[in-house]
Amino acid sequence: MTAITDIPDAPRAARRPQMGNPVLRWLRTNLFSSIPNGILSVVLLAILAKGIFSFVQWGIANAVWLTPANDSSACRAARGLGACWAIIPEKYRFILFGTYPFDEQWRPALSVLLFIALFYLSSRRVLWRRELVYLWIGALALISLLMWGGVLGLSFVSQDRWGGLPVTLILATFGLAFGFPLGILVALGRRSKLPAIRSLSVLYVELIRGVPLVSLLFMASVMFPLFMPSGFNIDKLLRAQVAIILFAGAYLAEVIRGGLQAVPRGQYEAADALGLSYWRKHRLIVLPQAIRHVIPPLVNTFIAFFKDTSLVLIIGIFDLLTTAKTAIIDPAWQQFSVEVYIFVAAIYFVFCFAMSRYSRSLEATSGR
Amino acid sequence: MTSDSPRPPPRRRFFGAWGRRELQGLFWQVLVVGIALGVIAFLWSNTVTNLSARRITTGFAFLGREAGMPIADSLLAYNPRDTYLWAFVVGVANTLRVAVIGIALATILGTLIGISRLSANWLLSRVAAVYVETLRDIPLLLQLLFWYVLMQSLPAARAAFRPVEGVFLSNRGLILPAIPVGPPQLWVLGTAVLGLAVFYLIRRWLIAQQMRDGKPRPAWPFAVGLILALPALVSVLLGVSWTIEWPELRGFNFVGGLTLAPEYFALLIALVTYTSAFIAEIVRSGIQSVPRGQWDAANALGLRRSFMLRQIILPQALRVIVPPMTSQYLNLTKNSSLAVAIGYQDVVSIANTTLNQTGQAIEAIALIMAVFLTISLGISFFMNWYNSRIALVER
Repeated sequence: MTAITDIPDAPRAARRPQMGNPVLRWLRTNLFSSIPNGILSVVLLAILAKGIFSFVQWGIANAVWLTPANDSSACRAARGLGACWAIIPEKYRFILFGTYPFDEQWRPALSVLLFIALFYLSSRRVLWRRELVYLWIGALALISLLMWGGVLGLSFVSQDRWGGLPVTLILATFGLAFGFPLGILVALGRRSKLPAIRSLSVLYVELIRGVPLVSLLFMASVMFPLFMPSGFNIDKLLRAQVAIILFAGAYLAEVIRGGLQAVPRGQYEAADALGLSYWRKHRLIVLPQAIRHVIPPLVNTFIAFFKDTSLVLIIGIFDLLTTAKTAIIDPAWQQFSVEVYIFVAAIYFVFCFAMSRYSRSLEATSGR
Repeated sequence: MTSDSPRPPPRRRFFGAWGRRELQGLFWQVLVVGIALGVIAFLWSNTVTNLSARRITTGFAFLGREAGMPIADSLLAYNPRDTYLWAFVVGVANTLRVAVIGIALATILGTLIGISRLSANWLLSRVAAVYVETLRDIPLLLQLLFWYVLMQSLPAARAAFRPVEGVFLSNRGLILPAIPVGPPQLWVLGTAVLGLAVFYLIRRWLIAQQMRDGKPRPAWPFAVGLILALPALVSVLLGVSWTIEWPELRGFNFVGGLTLAPEYFALLIALVTYTSAFIAEIVRSGIQSVPRGQWDAANALGLRRSFMLRQIILPQALRVIVPPMTSQYLNLTKNSSLAVAIGYQDVVSIANTTLNQTGQAIEAIALIMAVFLTISLGISFFMNWYNSRIALVER
């Protein structure tokens, strides 16, 4: 026993990296652990340095930050050398809010803040209970009120004048809010023992998931008027919203079905043993557990919707991407689309990155 | 229990042997199906009324009419005097052209990036992580428009970038040297494919033999013979020429070589980079799902690194990788329909033009759905077959 513990750890100690400068030590283990690794690091560093240097030169050093209103001459002079960020202060109101009446644009701005507050509150674990549903209903009603107006001294703004970031948020969030109950029903239908209901649910999910969203949007914009009795006409934004809800319903159904499958059989059997009816069994016992299971994939699905709403550009609805694309039609600023796209990409990125970070932290802590 | 008085007969239920549960089930099914049928009937009758009001005859007869739409960039021979049906086929070919090449490139790029994220080199793994995070969190359509704008702002043909001799990058797209492929070359390529198929069968047989007596039998001589030597022999015998055609600048445009139009090239870059970010994550989690013990055990057996990766790690990682990879392939194919935003004429874009020209909305959308459902089913069928092949065989 003693013989073993007495053996000194000398060879290991010798191989241990020298207790030198911690920076050098870090460099050695992480960048220069072997010769090929060292070469790779140097090459990568060189490429990165060159890339960052030219981006700084273009995006910061030679960039034009501000110009007098509606005058792009300074930008034209710097074209090819530096970025024209001046287009952003020039156009940001249009990009963010579209053709919403200029003096009333505090209303969409407030709506965006309400959306962010709603997302933030929904992310708090403490608030994951039934009351969250009322919070969503209240917030969405308030946002509709703000955007439409027509009461409380707010002037009425028709939805064909809505545009920009609020429209993107509305399409994604209402898509989720209405697609979610639909998804629950379809997921239950798919697991139902009743053959007719099961096959209807499967048909719906597979048909919607099998075709691109673009074709659903085309359908909403072209075929919807054909489907309705003549004289009955609903507006383009609402039609796209319906298409997105139907699309969301199919994808959410699959996510929720995953959660339903994760609920142990014993839970179903216990609920049956208590004599609960089908609906009470699901409402009180099964769904609360199933939904908790699928919150991370639910967030990921929401990120996907948030990005996918940009496809409404193709049918001419003024979401954030469409307003950006329209802003650069202006001949004076036509050549500076890259800057506008970077600006809009940054907005999308902030939302999606925050949500994906959140979903990952949930996955990490949901070790139960 | 001697009493022979008869037991009271079971109470007759109104619906024979059916209990309350079955009745309820029947009720719900009738209700839901009834509502669904009612909605469909309502929509159908409206549609019929609307169509007759607009004097549009339903049916696919319009497919035989002259299309009259120009298609700039197509794989198959097409001119505007061809029928709608042929325009549609050209569109499907264009979709498949971008989807198949996109899937291949995205798989390669995504795998490289996924492996890079696990690299011991801190810098490489960071760069890969930033790539994945950035591309995943920006809408594909935005990226597509961005690439397209960049493509359009490239210099004109005269001042084209020439990264490598014979390769030109200009606002006309990417021009590459190419080998013209005609029937004689196709014969040689066909022989190679046939050789590959035969090699596959021989390899299976060799492995079966090895399973029986444990003696390894090298398969590579068969590979060289069937896939390289045989086609080469055919090529020499038939006297097939394999001269490379170099593109040349003549006037304002290029002559010869292979041209990837800016629309196609932008769509391909956008789809490949976007999808590769998702594939990278799938590959990373697949490799990470292989327990450390497997690496240690393979190392302890003294296996070579390439052998270890091929025979121990990859087969286990693939089980985790393949199912989500299938849905990425399906996504890429469906996302190729964004082509309509930049004017690459894929099947959705052509169906949309058809719809605008003829008013045959239902037929056009039905065709899009049929095409995508067929492609989706095809890909899932293939991937399910592949998945069942590599799935864990448990005793």
